[in-house]
Amino acid sequence: QAWNKVFSNLLTHYQDTTPQRTKLLDAFMAFLVVVGGLQFLYCVLAGNYPFNAFLSGFSATVGQFVLTASLRIQTTEANKGDFPSVSPERAFADYLVCSLILHFFCVNFIN
Amino acid sequence: MSADSLERLAVAGKGDSTRTLLRVIILLLIAGAAISSRLFSVIRFESIIHEFDPWFNFRATKYLVANGFYKFWDWFDDRTWHPLGRVTGGTLYPGLMVTSGVIYHALRALSIPVDIRNVCVLLAPAFSGLTAYAAYLLTNEMTPSSSAGLLAAIFMGIAPGYISRSVAGSYDNEAIAIFLLVFTFYLWIKALKLGSMLWGALCALFYGYMVASWGGYAFITCLLPLHAFVLICMGRYSTRLYVSYTSWYALGTLASMQIPFVGFLPVKTSEHMPALGIFGFLQLLAFLDYVRSAIPSRQFQTFLWVFAGSVFGVGLTGLVVATSAGYIAPWGGRFYSLWDTGYAKIHIPIIASVSEHQPTAWPAFFFDLNMLIWLLPAGVYLCFQKLADEHVFVIVYALFGSYFAGVMVRLMLTLTPVVCVAAAIALSTILDTYLKAKSPIPEEHLVEESSDSTPKKASKSGLRASSKPYIGIYATFSKVTVAGAMTAYLLLFVAHCTWVTSNAYSSPSVVLASRMPDGSQHIIDDYREAYQWLRQNTKDDAKIMSWWDYGYQIGGMADRPTLVDNNTWNNTHIATVGKAMASREEVSYPIMRQHEVDYILVVFGGLLGYSGDDINKFLWMVRIAEGIWPDEVKEREFFTPRGEYRVDAGATDTMKNSLMYKMSYHNYNNLFPPGQAQDRVRGVRLPDDGGPVLNSIEEAFTSENWIIRIYKVKDLDNLGRDHASASAFERGQKKKKVIKKGPRVLRVD
Repeated sequence: QAWNKVFSNLLTHYQDTTPQRTKLLDAFMAFLVVVGGLQFLYCVLAGNYPFNAFLSGFSATVGQFVLTASLRIQTTEANKGDFPSVSPERAFADYLVCSLILHFFCVNFIN
Repeated sequence: MSADSLERLAVAGKGDSTRTLLRVIILLLIAGAAISSRLFSVIRFESIIHEFDPWFNFRATKYLVANGFYKFWDWFDDRTWHPLGRVTGGTLYPGLMVTSGVIYHALRALSIPVDIRNVCVLLAPAFSGLTAYAAYLLTNEMTPSSSAGLLAAIFMGIAPGYISRSVAGSYDNEAIAIFLLVFTFYLWIKALKLGSMLWGALCALFYGYMVASWGGYAFITCLLPLHAFVLICMGRYSTRLYVSYTSWYALGTLASMQIPFVGFLPVKTSEHMPALGIFGFLQLLAFLDYVRSAIPSRQFQTFLWVFAGSVFGVGLTGLVVATSAGYIAPWGGRFYSLWDTGYAKIHIPIIASVSEHQPTAWPAFFFDLNMLIWLLPAGVYLCFQKLADEHVFVIVYALFGSYFAGVMVRLMLTLTPVVCVAAAIALSTILDTYLKAKSPIPEEHLVEESSDSTPKKASKSGLRASSKPYIGIYATFSKVTVAGAMTAYLLLFVAHCTWVTSNAYSSPSVVLASRMPDGSQHIIDDYREAYQWLRQNTKDDAKIMSWWDYGYQIGGMADRPTLVDNNTWNNTHIATVGKAMASREEVSYPIMRQHEVDYILVVFGGLLGYSGDDINKFLWMVRIAEGIWPDEVKEREFFTPRGEYRVDAGATDTMKNSLMYKMSYHNYNNLFPPGQAQDRVRGVRLPDDGGPVLNSIEEAFTSENWIIRIYKVKDLDNLGRDHASASAFERGQKKKKVIKKGPRVLRVD
């Protein structure tokens, strides 16, 4: 009985209180989950022969997901108190640098 | 007068720029002390590489400098592990070699052409200065006290626990790894405190550098997740933890997988699973955290139990299933023996045979850390009192590090940084308390002065019991006593460190030093004499067989191919050499022929009393060989019936006929008057029977003090006789005429 209420509450809360930019980030994260899931499914179905290729593709999505989640956390108004020294602009610059490093490693590792 | 000048001094120290200047000067002096205390061996002897492992690193660095990075990356070394070779690019940690290669080329670009050997010899002292600075930064994150960082820097700079692995000439991975370890921890603490992605990424990059440098990176891989886990269990999950940990893990794991030697290990072995598990767990926690802020708390309870319970259960069973099904490798032997401390001795004798892998005795802690070891618990206690996130790190690291340092002598090295940090926190607390120039003004005086004329005085004195006790030390006497005692301890610490470094840790094992009766130094240089002989008097591809300890040195100094070396990756091949050394000549000779051995090198300390010789290591050869061929080599047969290991007249026949025994004592009797042959290591008199006779090999070289003996493997006999009868004929032992011929066998064509 409670389950429907829990999820509907969650959904309405999300739709009401989330700013537009954060929703954009969430859409990107959902996309990354789908891409990662598809890669994993393909790996399960077709085998993992070039294992480094699978790993770099999969960890690119995972890494980008957690980085985006970090950006989302840092730019959320409610978390302002946790990050006194990180402005949203600084968070975005950090995000860029980290993503570049991540992609460099992935491209290097995929051979 | 003096009070006035003191005042002026105190004022001068107050200025911000003055403090910065003092800090820079102090740090520079610390770096100078750290570097100069590591130079004992260079000044006393010469600028050479010590020990065994560094010789391989040196050789690899020379290859890197001569051939460039790409050739180094896929270098197939055909001069070690003779029939097999070694894929060096994929089986080493390249960080050390690349670092010194970069320094070498940078110095050349600055038109300071320094020999690569000097770069390698002086790399460890140079990095120790950086380690002191990293310890300074790390400690400054822990405490607001401005003196703690400087104290930690000087402790780290001269603590013998770290010096032991980083004297000049000790060109080993630990030379740069400890700097990277401390600096990675600093970056981690910084990332955790700020909750910044950038610091997390920097931490990951230095973690990647650490992975490229030392196998001990697994320590970081396990310590950071443990810290995160302890924080979560204490209910200190925060978004900062999420940001710093996930950015470290996502980037750091990818960075570590770029090293060929590590490869897929971070996703396939158990050592790396804690990091992955905490990574997944943090995702879950972050999601729960979000949900908690979104819905009422009663609904959240249901949600939490159902959701979190199921996910955690699925994760755990997944890990167990994957481990038991073989997708994830179980703990490697080297790591497993840290938990089950009896494991290596029973199952992998080659791990147990290394002297650094023994448990640590109590005096070693005091010897290596002196006063720091009793300041460590105090520092940890102070961390408990404050208990912010970074103090939890110190506590976790101290517990973890002291356990491992207790299990293995070698891991004293990873304990030293945290000991320095904790001791600096404790000592700076004491000094800050007792060195305040001004006494805190007691509250009572203030009140009395202000309320002197009011009539409330009587009631105030009545409430004295309930008034606050004053905190602070007022008497000059107690200040001077405690501060003086601490200064004395610090001075003693410096004296102890210098003494230990000078006496215990600054001897190159390549040359042995001894004292003449008049106090002058006598250098025994047999190793290099013998290696030089090999280099100059044998053909370029002559294969040398020796026990694995000397493999790297032969490759580095004699520049000849070896059968086995200190990189013990193929146990069977080492056991083959052990069997050849431990068997009769008739058994050993075919083995040596099959492996194209030209020379055999043994180390014999009997004449000089050099105890690290091959007869003392012989039992390990037997044990390792017995592990592979249990019915051909038996350890029991090398002992007398009463269970003694003897080399004198009471030695067993197996012992006397083993190749190692014969090679060690060949011709040794001739040095002494008859019946007087004495083995000074074992302290026994050798039997007076002319000494062992060698048939299939012949003596090629013996060094001045008989430490190194080199034998040449004879070719097959020209007439097709076996070597025993051939050399019997040579010696003129007349074959007894056998009238009655035994049953003959038909010739088969």
